[in-house]
Amino acid sequence: MERYDIIVIGGGVVGTAVLRSLSAYKARVLLLEKASDVATGASRANSGIVHAGYDAEPGTKKAYFNVLGASRFPALTAELHVPYKMTGSLVAARENGLPALKELLDRAEKNGVKAGILSAEEVRKLEPNISTEVAYALYAPEAGVVSPYKLTIAQADHAVVNGAEIRLEEVVLDLRKEGDEFFVRTDKGEYVASYVVNAAGAGASAINAMIGEDAPEETHAVGDYYILDSQAAGVVNTVVFPLPDEKGKGILVAPTADGNVILGPTSRKVPHDEAEVNAVTPEGLALVREGVGRLIPSVDLRKVIRVYAGTRTAVGKDFIIEESTRFPRYFMLLGICSPGLTSAPAIGDCVAAAAAASLGLEKKERMLPLPPKFRLTEADSDTIRDKVSADPAFGRIVCRCEKVTEGEILAAIRSPLPAHTVDAVKRRVRAGMGRCQGGFCRPRVMEILSRELGVPLSEIRLGEKGSEIAPYEVKQNYGKI
Amino acid sequence: MDTTCIMCPMGCALTVTEQDGKVVVTGNTCPRGEKYGVAEYSHPERVVTTLLKTTRGGVVSVKTDRPIPKDKIGDFLAWAAAFRVEGVVVTGDVIAENPVSCGARVVATADYGV
Amino acid sequence: MERFDVAVIGGGPAGMAAALAARAKGASVAILERDDRLGGILNQCIHNGFGLHYFGEELTGPEYAKRFRDKVLADDGIKVYLETMVLSLTEDRVVTALSPTDGLVEIRAGAVVLAMGCRERSAGAIALAGTRPAGIYTAGMAQRLCNVEGYLVGKEVVILGSGDIGLIMARRMTSEGAKVKLVAEIMPFSSGLKRNIVQCLSDYDIPLRYSTTVTRVTGKERLTGVYVAPVGDKMQPDLSREEYIPCDTLLLSVGLIPENDLLTGSSVEMSRVTSGAVVDEYRQTSVPGIFSAGNVLHVHDLVDNVSEEASIAGSAAADYAAGALSASPTLPVTPSNGVRYALPQRVHTGEGKVRLYFRVDKVYRGRTVVVTAGGREVKRKKTLVMAPGEMQYIEVDKSLLTGDVSIRTEE
Repeated sequence: MERYDIIVIGGGVVGTAVLRSLSAYKARVLLLEKASDVATGASRANSGIVHAGYDAEPGTKKAYFNVLGASRFPALTAELHVPYKMTGSLVAARENGLPALKELLDRAEKNGVKAGILSAEEVRKLEPNISTEVAYALYAPEAGVVSPYKLTIAQADHAVVNGAEIRLEEVVLDLRKEGDEFFVRTDKGEYVASYVVNAAGAGASAINAMIGEDAPEETHAVGDYYILDSQAAGVVNTVVFPLPDEKGKGILVAPTADGNVILGPTSRKVPHDEAEVNAVTPEGLALVREGVGRLIPSVDLRKVIRVYAGTRTAVGKDFIIEESTRFPRYFMLLGICSPGLTSAPAIGDCVAAAAAASLGLEKKERMLPLPPKFRLTEADSDTIRDKVSADPAFGRIVCRCEKVTEGEILAAIRSPLPAHTVDAVKRRVRAGMGRCQGGFCRPRVMEILSRELGVPLSEIRLGEKGSEIAPYEVKQNYGKI
Repeated sequence: MDTTCIMCPMGCALTVTEQDGKVVVTGNTCPRGEKYGVAEYSHPERVVTTLLKTTRGGVVSVKTDRPIPKDKIGDFLAWAAAFRVEGVVVTGDVIAENPVSCGARVVATADYGV
Repeated sequence: MERFDVAVIGGGPAGMAAALAARAKGASVAILERDDRLGGILNQCIHNGFGLHYFGEELTGPEYAKRFRDKVLADDGIKVYLETMVLSLTEDRVVTALSPTDGLVEIRAGAVVLAMGCRERSAGAIALAGTRPAGIYTAGMAQRLCNVEGYLVGKEVVILGSGDIGLIMARRMTSEGAKVKLVAEIMPFSSGLKRNIVQCLSDYDIPLRYSTTVTRVTGKERLTGVYVAPVGDKMQPDLSREEYIPCDTLLLSVGLIPENDLLTGSSVEMSRVTSGAVVDEYRQTSVPGIFSAGNVLHVHDLVDNVSEEASIAGSAAADYAAGALSASPTLPVTPSNGVRYALPQRVHTGEGKVRLYFRVDKVYRGRTVVVTAGGREVKRKKTLVMAPGEMQYIEVDKSLLTGDVSIRTEE
């Protein structure tokens, strides 16, 4: 049985933030993730917004962690080389929406968030394409956009560089505490740990049930999204929201940190057994189109390159972020829906500090940096020339739409947390995220993976087990046609 | 019968009838079309293009060098499924001679191992 | 900085033909091709139907490509850059490209021929609802995995789109042991060649349903099925009549888009109908010295026409580089009444003939194509049948073009 100081269950943006913060201490830490990569749950399919923090109810954990987390983003994303832009955000309202905006402004003040109400004229200066029906907007200049899965992956890589371990495709089946020790049984083995962090997302309540802690009722809501071609960028400059309602912050229009435009999400409740299905519905897409039409009518929906859905899990109105009283040293993170992404860095630090204090961990003098990766699209001519003459793989473009080279794909496969599926490569270097959506590059990415992993092409997966992309050899028709 | 000529992508709509013991074709715009109409009526046949696996684990594209009877296509594809090409292949090489009595040679349409 | 008279971007059938035509005029030529070999999409098109007009023989894709490739590789005057991706093109014809062997390549060209071909519309581009499992492919991706790698993407197949690639793949999948359950086509007619309907569907008893689309897909890791539904006049699916078809593979053949990304932000005039450049009969775009040919200009059905068109472009590009291309004013060519688009969109008046290529907007039987110039009829041609999926052409005398040109159909 392997022994660790701390085991983190769940490799989303929160779990990897915790792991990374923990890796700053001298401790043996392990993260267990049931899927084939980190960031395959809600962390992969959300709006990518760094919320300023005016929306959360003052005094809640959501408010606290949102505001604290948001302040970390500029430095953190720079340190981890993750795409991030402080775009600012607008909550746009018609004439009769002014009272609601004032309420949000009041909340902003209470939460310590910079915000102000703009007139229609001022709004139009920021967003020339905004609907003519918009009379006012709440402007929060410190909101931003980030790539949520690139952040998750970078946190994971940085943790691994600093000695943390991550095991993928390992499902936690049982968790119990005996005396001062936790026993974690997975489908691959058993572990002993002095401290356990539950960051299991849509599966967090079930993990609580395993150990015998209260398992709060989780509600899951699916949201549909459109991603538009980078040629549509410029239709908005900030994150544009409508007035929030009881379902949430509403259908927004925003630039993405990678240069696309994102539209959505809707909010459709699903039962627990559908929490990870993430099916887009035609009705949901229609709602997105409707909502977008009311905010930014000139958005050209013909520029859609992808539609997808993500599920957010809530437990009542606030986050549950606390150490269990019944089981000391079991730290629970439940219902980390919006503003979960924004809160993640702050949650990571908070949990790590709690664990360090509880276990008496010594902090390392410094963390090893995460080395930046070469990106063709960000490099200047001299750097490109040098890079290619040193390694021709960086001179071979594989993903034409996003200009991703073979060298970058190989680097992704050989990351501290290695990528071994087509989607894992895609999340790291964007191969397949452009306008042809992998039509050109996917077979080539598969070839590279097949070669690097030393397995036949038929075993190369899109994501999880069972998602082999070309599972059969030709000429299996031994019978007559 | 009504059919569509497939001798080239023009796809002329053909009507084939028997008049006084002769097969008559209308709708074609070239002589190949007339020939096709008669043949399609009396003995339908197709050029088959497919892949053959090689002993080295790759594939090479091939074709029959002339049309084969339509009712032989099933046997031909079954033969193609089991056959393995050995060694290096150059476009135009004859890979097999009259397999399953289809009446055609199988010819490589691309280079392999070159 | 390297210098060439003519730089050809793309080494598929259009690029190779343009390069050879430019060479025939004595130009120095460079081809920049992103793949590791010349041939473009033909390398994966192992079916036949190519070359009947151009060579008088019926060839498979690789054989057709080889005819051009052999000539190109044998010609010392054509420098071929392989695995080389053009990153940018300026209006004064400086081409910047990335190559594993040469690093950043910069070429100053006397003239440029755009021959980048086209890409396929994806599931995202049609906003396909449902989950995101493995098992959804564009037909071209499945074709490459099958014909180049030797792997079959699935066993129980539904195909959306009866364009040629979809039809060809219906036959390919079937002959490799898969079961193609249905080809669904959103329009009330097929955009593919009639020959392919017969040879790929009828021959194998594969059902084809018109005015039908796929609305959503199911399956978590792997596709488990699709819902199909009939569509009305406005192409909207009737969700109350969805029918579930279990399958593990969905192939999409839902449209080809000319790959003109290099022209984003340039002043090259584009046509919204073709998604390619607006050109004159030399295939010169609105930016002097930049020419376009093949699928990047407008999506073709026959590679023979691609080779013809690219030869015109390559030859004219060489003339331009030598200062010998006429710069006289051009007349617009305007399509109407059943003609969805005509190309070239502009013509010079003068000596010689010009072929006006065009596509109709739906199937017409027994119509006459009429070309007028300056209000007077200059040519008419009766036709038996014209379909949108089959590019047509009509040849006119340039000396008769005394005013604005129009091309239309008449009953």
